[in-house]
Amino acid sequence: MNTAIAQQRAIHQEPVMAAHPQDLAFNATEPAPEGHRTVGLVTVDNPKMSARDVNVHYGDKHAIKHVTIDIGTNEVIAFIGPSGCGKSTFLRCLNRMNDTIDGCRVSGEITLDGHDIYARDLDVVQLRARVGMVFQKPNPFPKSIFDNVAYGPRIHGMVSSKSELEDLVQWALEKAGLWNEVKDRLHQPGTGLSGGQQQRLCIARAISVSPEVILMDEPCSALDPIATAKIEELIDELRANFSIVIVTHSMQQAARVSQRTAYFHLGDLIEVGETEQIFTNPVHKLTEGYITGRFG
Amino acid sequence: MTVSTEGHTVKRYDQQLGNLRSLVLEMGGLVEDQITRAVQALQDEDLVAAREVVARDHVVNGFDVRADEEVVNLLALRQPVGSDLRLILSMAKTVTDLERIGDEAEKIARMTARMYDGTNIPHAKLLRDVASMAKLAVAMLHGALDALARMDVATALAIAKGDDELDGEFQSSLRRLATFMMEDPRTIGHAIDAIFIIKALERIGDHSKNIAEYVVYLVKGKDVRHVKKEQLTMDDLDS
Repeated sequence: MNTAIAQQRAIHQEPVMAAHPQDLAFNATEPAPEGHRTVGLVTVDNPKMSARDVNVHYGDKHAIKHVTIDIGTNEVIAFIGPSGCGKSTFLRCLNRMNDTIDGCRVSGEITLDGHDIYARDLDVVQLRARVGMVFQKPNPFPKSIFDNVAYGPRIHGMVSSKSELEDLVQWALEKAGLWNEVKDRLHQPGTGLSGGQQQRLCIARAISVSPEVILMDEPCSALDPIATAKIEELIDELRANFSIVIVTHSMQQAARVSQRTAYFHLGDLIEVGETEQIFTNPVHKLTEGYITGRFG
Repeated sequence: MTVSTEGHTVKRYDQQLGNLRSLVLEMGGLVEDQITRAVQALQDEDLVAAREVVARDHVVNGFDVRADEEVVNLLALRQPVGSDLRLILSMAKTVTDLERIGDEAEKIARMTARMYDGTNIPHAKLLRDVASMAKLAVAMLHGALDALARMDVATALAIAKGDDELDGEFQSSLRRLATFMMEDPRTIGHAIDAIFIIKALERIGDHSKNIAEYVVYLVKGKDVRHVKKEQLTMDDLDS
């Protein structure tokens, strides 16, 4: 919609940065040309986390190229893109999960509430308590349902009494929409739950330490549509308290759960925008090609 | 597994669908009011009221734009299927018909403002059929919107079956106006205006019929447009 129409209809329209013509000319199988600039709403007014000019190398491979993006407070932002586009790699930079990978170098700046998370004096364990993670495959500990959720609060010394711990476990399980299903079998193994329940248990475990950001890497790809819908409803509810970054192969899922969507392509962040805009009127030709299923 | 028919697991989806429905029904109420006021202004020879109707058409158009935005977002973000898809499509089409009905109301109001602005006002006999036709047209629209709000297929089917009465009134009114014009060519100018007005009312009947057909599609999943409906029964819709 052009500005004149928007004004006439008195509908507020965020300005969208026009793509550079040369950006639109490159091929889907090739990386963006040097100096490519991400189009769209890269920054937000109330960032929880900010990444500035982040690069990731695995040995010689330049896996993430000059990515700049904000993660807003209380927003769900989805990262989409073809396999190998770097979306998971970038996600893992946000709580330094890449530290453990040999030959992986991260440069640039990533801040949480304005503080550099790659600073030397930063305690990575504390960081991961503040920026939690849920993985593709549900991975409950081989412990009881209760202990799975109680694990984090215990090691972080968050509770001083047994009853406090019990309250916290109940709170987390309720938040994760699992309480009613497991309240009578809290001391049975977490691995005995169904896949969808296990994933909600992992979400309960992630939120039990009161993180500020939750990173989700394909949280529903191992689940059936009903369990997926439950997780998606949960994500929508959790947004009130947390910032959520979700990596997904399902664009439909990105469309359903997120407020902003970021499209990655061969290590470049091509476009970021409000999800409505990305799925109805993407600015960049590559985004359009990907979401409409036109890549060969 | 528990099967719930109360709503979607994702509650926001329900909210969005509910918002679209309310938006369309609100627009329907507004459009109905526009016609009623336009016809009243004509009968009262009230220029001010007629101009108010004209001025309010942009509100109707605003609903059109907003509803379409909701529809586009729902389609793009929720990938609706089944009854959700039918609901969204029916709403999108209803909005188009409502917007056109709004335009017809505006047309009547403009005509009124023109006819009574000055000394050469039309003879009352030229417009004597307007009241009865307007009553029929508004009743059809009201019925269609009511059927939509209550998902009432029986009412919708009755309305979709025909606007014969309104059509009949239109034809006989047209014949009478033709007679007036032949008897006294000085009436031609106003008679043509009158024809536009009754034509607008006749169109409102057609649009209301369309809306009723969308209700049948929405609830039963059967497309009853462009088929002979005289013999169609509720049983046919279930088979």
